[in-house]
Amino acid sequence: MIFSGYADLIQESREKGEELWHYILLADANEKGISEEESMEMMNHLWEAMKMASDNYDGTRKSASGLSGGNGAKMKAYKEKCISGEFIGEVIAEAISMGESNACMRRIVAAPTAGSCGVLPAVLIPYCRKYQVPDQKVIEALYLTAGMGGVIATRASIAGAEGGCQAEIGSASAMAAAALVYLAGGTLEQTADAAALALKGLLGLVCDPIAGLVEVPCVKRNVIGAVNAITAVDMVMAGVTSFVPVDQVIDAMGEIGRNMLPMYRETGEGGLAATPAARKVKQQDFRKA
Amino acid sequence: MNIFDILGPVMVGPSSSHTAGAAKIGYVSRALLGEKPVEAEIFLHGSFALTGKGHGTDRALIAGLLGMKPDDGRIPDSFEAAEEEGLQFTIGTMALKEVHPNSVLLRLKGEKGRALEIVASSLGGGRIRIVQIDGINTDFSGDYPTLIVHNLDQPGYVAEVASMLSHKSVNIATLNLYRNKRGGYAVMVIETDQPVPEEVLKWLAHLEGIIKVTYLQPV
Repeated sequence: MIFSGYADLIQESREKGEELWHYILLADANEKGISEEESMEMMNHLWEAMKMASDNYDGTRKSASGLSGGNGAKMKAYKEKCISGEFIGEVIAEAISMGESNACMRRIVAAPTAGSCGVLPAVLIPYCRKYQVPDQKVIEALYLTAGMGGVIATRASIAGAEGGCQAEIGSASAMAAAALVYLAGGTLEQTADAAALALKGLLGLVCDPIAGLVEVPCVKRNVIGAVNAITAVDMVMAGVTSFVPVDQVIDAMGEIGRNMLPMYRETGEGGLAATPAARKVKQQDFRKA
Repeated sequence: MNIFDILGPVMVGPSSSHTAGAAKIGYVSRALLGEKPVEAEIFLHGSFALTGKGHGTDRALIAGLLGMKPDDGRIPDSFEAAEEEGLQFTIGTMALKEVHPNSVLLRLKGEKGRALEIVASSLGGGRIRIVQIDGINTDFSGDYPTLIVHNLDQPGYVAEVASMLSHKSVNIATLNLYRNKRGGYAVMVIETDQPVPEEVLKWLAHLEGIIKVTYLQPV
């Protein structure tokens, strides 16, 4: 099984004399019986779709429930004044915008899920704009991080219903951190460490969506996933390492997820979904609208 | 493990299970019907019934029945599109027995009069299973070319179909047999690695004892 561990992936790619992203591409293409070019075309299509989804954000839209919409536009207008700086302002705006587009039935790229679709683009798009990264390099980073996601899905889970929000936003954050280290010129060990730090920071996060909808708190949790990934990358590029290797962090996430009560696994029954504010949403019963 | 199940799909939000999966169920159901649907009775079960409206599950199912894929930007407007294309539909709820929480029953009628009843489940990440066809349990994904043959429960039909596929160099990936009762009627569901040629489908449809042939090209 190719995605049994990230450390194994690094080791096997080195033994084969392949770059890790390319090793992952070849393994996947072989399994599917498609050519390298066809695989690259599919990945390129995903990256283009992410950028298009970002460009097509419409701040005037509201979701069917009325819970989501418009905050991405507010952040875009405010980003220069952000206490955390303009770059983080852009990241916040991108993450919210993508989450809102998803809630408003616009086209997005699940990465790894629809609920966490804002994390990767919120990290990649502002970074590529700022540092003029060529598309080919981003495609490579996407393969590398798809491999990381594959390991997470194999050893733990990427579904909120199975592992809580840590499995969705946590996984997306780990994947974004690994991709960003690659773009920033870090080593493969640093991609592993950044993913480990990012995931560690979000362990235990429950999936408690109000009325069971992918809106509150999902849209804004994309922000925390994206910003958390960037701080993990900054730490790693400064020389900070993770005491627990990424594969073991992933196992810990899986264990926590398996022991999480069902009310915290996408059932819309616990946590924020059980607050008086959430119950008010249910009383309105927008479903009949 | 497919890395494009981790990154991707490109889809219309908000939920891979409740929206993208629902659109794919509609799309595969249309392909299984084999003609343009003109009537659809839809019954949502479990989580589909509880949160389907807020997730656009209803609109996604109709969009799929109209031939839209999960990344089609017209999904939010599918009810209006159904009216234009002459698809009449009703959407209700039903408690189905022993199925995944995200499941739906569809009763379809096509423009040439063909009828089909399907129960399908959305498993997450946009992946689906067709779990019942015309009241008989099945278990296939719609990711492979799939041949579904309803026949009388008598000896020889599996051999006939398998030898025809072998003759056309079509490799069988999976094969499952189901029947409603001994000597009643049976369904075989065959997933293949290569597309099944048109002439095989025609030949099968004319074979004595074959009640119905359904063929699905993957989405």
